[in-house]
Amino acid sequence: MEAGQIAFWVFAPVSIGSAIAMLLQRNAVYAALFLIVNFFTLAVFYLLLSAPFLFVVQIIVYAGAIMVLFLFVIMLLGVDRDESLVERLRAQRPLAIVLGLAVLVELVVAIRAGVGFATKGPVDFDRTVNGAGNVEALSRVLFREYFFPFEVTSVLLIVAAIAAMLLAHRRRSAAGDDEVVA
Amino acid sequence: MSVPIAYFLVVSAALFTIGSVGVLVRRNALVIFMSIELQLNAVNLALVAFSRMHGALDGQVLAFFSMVVAAAEVVVGLAIIVAVYRRRRSADVDDVSLLRW
Repeated sequence: MEAGQIAFWVFAPVSIGSAIAMLLQRNAVYAALFLIVNFFTLAVFYLLLSAPFLFVVQIIVYAGAIMVLFLFVIMLLGVDRDESLVERLRAQRPLAIVLGLAVLVELVVAIRAGVGFATKGPVDFDRTVNGAGNVEALSRVLFREYFFPFEVTSVLLIVAAIAAMLLAHRRRSAAGDDEVVA
Repeated sequence: MSVPIAYFLVVSAALFTIGSVGVLVRRNALVIFMSIELQLNAVNLALVAFSRMHGALDGQVLAFFSMVVAAAEVVVGLAIIVAVYRRRRSADVDDVSLLRW
């Protein structure tokens, strides 16, 4: 067995297990921590798929920045709140699980039909496509074919930052705006 | 490269399923949001796996863009959750029922 295979078979159960643990965890903080574990395993998968740049970005952006933001908001809203167990729609939970399993079966059948379980990628991927290094090759694609979308994402980030400031801003002058309206 | 591409795709499909079940089952808006993040990451894994399969980098570039969009989405979504929490003092999605019939 090769190193890549061992890594895959070690990290695939961890990945799915941490995702299920996140789903079943009542406490939001623990759910966020399980999600961080899951993001790390995904980073390992990117490394196995010869995408070292995305491996680093996954750890810095997802496991680092985004999850810190999540934990920050969880702390801001209070951690000791448990979910209410009152069922508003009676059959929702079992129906959701059944539909989820149906989606899983459908996706696996589609993978089997479209890709097949024996297909492997080109053997010399690291030599041909990632020739001078993954970052160089990626930047060549990014700044040539995908240059315009890349610039558009910068606009998106600015709009998102302004929107977040506007939404989370507390208006002090407007009377009763902070009050509980429930 | 010894692991078939389909194995990564199956893991991706499983993660996507868990994420969608999480969206349907959980009530806490933050946990629902985390499940959406899980779904986005599952799709990213599928993109990178397909990029590896076809021997081209377009899938990786697309996964990179999807990460940027996910970052923007997280910022706006969390701001909305905080704004709703300020009004309703709750992060439970069942409490936000003003538009219900």
